[in-house]
Amino acid sequence: MSNENAKCLVEVQDLQEHFPIKTGFFKKTMLKAVDGVSFKINPGETLGLVGESGCGKTTVGRTLLRLYKPTGGKVFFDGTEVTDRNMQTYRKEMQMVFQDPYSSLDPRMTVEDIIGEPLDVHKLYSGKGERRDKILELMSLVGLNAEHATRYVHEFSGGQRQRIGIARALAVNPRFIVCDEPVSALDVSIQAQVINMFEELQEKLGVAYLFIAHDLLVVHHISDRIAVMYLGRIVETADADELNENPMHPYTLSLLSAVPIPDPVTARAQKRIILEGDVPSPLNMPSGCAFRTRCRYATEQCARECPKLTDRGNGHMVACWNH
Amino acid sequence: MADKNNKGNGSPLLQLIDLHTSFTTDNGEVQAVNGVNFTLNEGTTLGIVGESGSGKSVTAYSIMQILEKNGHITSGQILYRGQDITHYTEKQMQDFRGKNVSIIFQDPMTSLNPVYTIGNQISEAILIHSDKTKEEAKAATIKMLELVGINDPEKRFKQYPHELSGGMRQRIMIAMALVSEPDILIADEPTTALDVTIQAQILELMQELQKKLNMAIIIVTHDLGVIAQMADEIVVMYGGRICERGTADHIFYSPCHEYTKGLLRSIPSVENMKKKLVPIAGSPINLLNMPKGCAFCTRCDNAMKICLEEVPPELKMPDGHFASCWMNVKNGNYVSEVPGNE
Ligand SMILES: Nc1ncnc2c1ncn2[C@@H]1O[C@H](COP(=O)(O)OP(=O)(O)OP(=O)(O)O)[C@@H](O)[C@H]1O
Ligand SMILES: Nc1ncnc2c1ncn2[C@@H]1O[C@H](COP(=O)(O)OP(=O)(O)OP(=O)(O)O)[C@@H](O)[C@H]1O
Ligand SMILES: [Mg+2]
Ligand SMILES: [Mg+2]
Repeated sequence: MSNENAKCLVEVQDLQEHFPIKTGFFKKTMLKAVDGVSFKINPGETLGLVGESGCGKTTVGRTLLRLYKPTGGKVFFDGTEVTDRNMQTYRKEMQMVFQDPYSSLDPRMTVEDIIGEPLDVHKLYSGKGERRDKILELMSLVGLNAEHATRYVHEFSGGQRQRIGIARALAVNPRFIVCDEPVSALDVSIQAQVINMFEELQEKLGVAYLFIAHDLLVVHHISDRIAVMYLGRIVETADADELNENPMHPYTLSLLSAVPIPDPVTARAQKRIILEGDVPSPLNMPSGCAFRTRCRYATEQCARECPKLTDRGNGHMVACWNH
Repeated sequence: MADKNNKGNGSPLLQLIDLHTSFTTDNGEVQAVNGVNFTLNEGTTLGIVGESGSGKSVTAYSIMQILEKNGHITSGQILYRGQDITHYTEKQMQDFRGKNVSIIFQDPMTSLNPVYTIGNQISEAILIHSDKTKEEAKAATIKMLELVGINDPEKRFKQYPHELSGGMRQRIMIAMALVSEPDILIADEPTTALDVTIQAQILELMQELQKKLNMAIIIVTHDLGVIAQMADEIVVMYGGRICERGTADHIFYSPCHEYTKGLLRSIPSVENMKKKLVPIAGSPINLLNMPKGCAFCTRCDNAMKICLEEVPPELKMPDGHFASCWMNVKNGNYVSEVPGNE
C-alpha cells in the first residue's frame, strides 16, 4: 500500500465524518457531513474543492488534518498513514488557512504573536531578532505593513485578518496547506496578489494545496484539478479546464451557470439553472443519488441506487446514472 | 403602474454628507472614513466596492452607529428622510436600528450568540420588533428559515450556531435582518460565505424582498460579479474616500479613476486563466501615514506632481458619473467640479 502512495503527497481514502446530532430529548441522528470521500494530491499540485454550502468541504479539510477525528477512512501523508499517534510529526507539514478569520484568531493576541506562535511551537528561530525578521517577512509577503505588528485582531478589517491567518499558516513552511476560502474576504487586487503568492510558493517550494472556495473563477485559475462535492460526497472530478469546458454532472452544470459574471450587461442576460426543490438535509438523506430530489434528469434508478464515480476518459470522473 | 425597470420612486432615503469617522489608537488617530458623500434612493441598490481596509464596513457601521468603543463620527451628516441621525439619542438609535435599518454582517460568528439556538435568536428578534406571541414568533421564524433556504427548519431551529456550516450561519443572519422588514438593508459581504447557487438564490431573494417592501439596499462586496448583478449605483472607495461613483455601466465600462481601472484588471477571467493575475502594484494604504494628495498616488502609474500634493476634487464626467482623479483635470475631459468635497 505505502509503495503505491509514494508519489502522491496526500491521499485520502473513503474519508467519513458523521456527527451525532440531538434531534429530540432522547433522540440522536447521525449527520453525515462527509460520507466516503477519496482523492490524491501530488507534491506541487492544487486540488480545488467546490460545492454547495454545507456539503462538507470544511469538514473534509478539518478531518484530513485530524482537527476532527475521522469516523471512517484513511489519510496518507507522503506514503504513511496518518494516525492520532503520529499526527504530531505532521502538524508542521500540514497547515490550514481557516474560512472564518474572526473566530480562528485569538482576539487577545497581537498580530506579531499570532504569526510568531507557530514559530515558537516549532522552534524555528535562534534569537529574538530572527523571530522578528521572520514575522516581518511573512507580513510583507501577505501585504501587511510592519506597523501592524503590535495591533490586535479586532482593529483589522476582514481582509486584513484573512491575511494574518495566511501568514500564520505559512510560518512553518508546510508542504501541504488546506486553504478554506482563503481569498473570499479579500478585494480582487489583494486576492490576485495572494493567489500569485500561493502559486509562487508552489513553484518555489512545491507546496501542495487543497483549495476550497466558492468563487469558481478563482478555483479554475489556481487549480490543476477540481472536485465537486454534493452532500458529503464527490460527484465529479476532472482537470480544471476539462471540468469548465465539459461539465457532466447536472449539479456541476447548475453550479457553473450560477457564477456571477463581472460584467453588468452579461450579468443581466445571464441564464442561471435554478435548482428545483429543496436542499435535502444531511440529517435525512434521500435514497440513492443525493442530488436526485433536485435533478431534472432523475429516474427511478437514481432513487434506488447511489451512482459511483466512474471514469469517462482522461481521469474525468462522474457519479451520475444519466450523464 | 410604475415602470418595472424604474425601481422605487427614486426619492432620497439616506444621504451621507462629508462623513468623517475615526478611531483612537495607541499609534494615533486612524481616519477610516474621510469625507464620504453619497445618496441612497428609495427602493434602489447601492454597491460599495474598494480595497480591503478602505472604510466600507466602517461607513456601514457609522450609519448604524455601532462603531467599536474607540471609534467616533467626527464630522458630517447622515440624513435619514431628511433628519440628521448623528444627533439621535441612543434610545432613538435603537428604535431606528430595530425598525428602519438592518445589517447583515461580514462575520456571522461574532454576531450570532453561541449559547442560544438559532431558532431562539430569530424569535427573540421578532418578539422585540413586533407584538407577536411566542407561538407566532416561532411560526414566523420557521417561515423565514424556509425563505432563506434552510432545509428542515424545525430541526435546525434547535441547533446552535457552531453546528452549522458557514453558509448556513450567513443565511441565519439574513433571516434575522429581514424579520423586521426594514426600509434599508445594509449587507456587508452577505454572500461571501455562500456557494454560487445559494448566492444566486439569496441575491434573488434580496431583490424580491426589495420589490415587495420597496426596500433600499446597500451592498458591500469584493465580488464584482455580485455588484454587476445587483447594483444600480456603485461607489468605489480607497483609503477612506470615494474615488469614483456612478451607475454599474459607468464603473464597469468607462472607469475614470486609476484605482477602479486597476481593480477591474485584477479580476480572474476566462481569458487570463493560464496567466499570472495582475494585482495593483505597491502595498495597501497605511491610514496612519496617508499621502498628502491623492490616497492612491503612491501606487498609480500615472501619478503627476499635483497628485502627490493635493487631494483631487470630485469631478462630474460627461456621461454623468463622478470621479476624483487629477488625470481628468489634465485631460480636460470633465464637465464640472463638484463643490465642497475637499
Ligand atoms: N461540529 C459540528 N457538529 C455538528 N455538525 C457539524 C459540525 N461541523 C459541521 N457540521 C455539519 O456538517 C455539514 C457540513 O458542514 P461544513 O462546514 O463542512 O460545510 P461546508 O461545505 O464547508 O459549507 P460552507 O461552504 O457553507 O462553509 C453541515 O450540515 C454542518 O451543519
Ligand atoms: N476598532 C478599530 N480600531 C482601529 N482601527 C480600526 C478599527 N476598526 C477598523 N479600523 C481600521 O479602519 C480601516 C477601515 O476598516 P473597514 O473595516 O471599514 O475596512 P473595509 O473596507 O470594510 O475592509 P474589508 O473589505 O477588508 O472588510 C482599516 O484600516 C481598519 O484597520
Ligand atoms: Mg466551509
Ligand atoms: Mg469590511
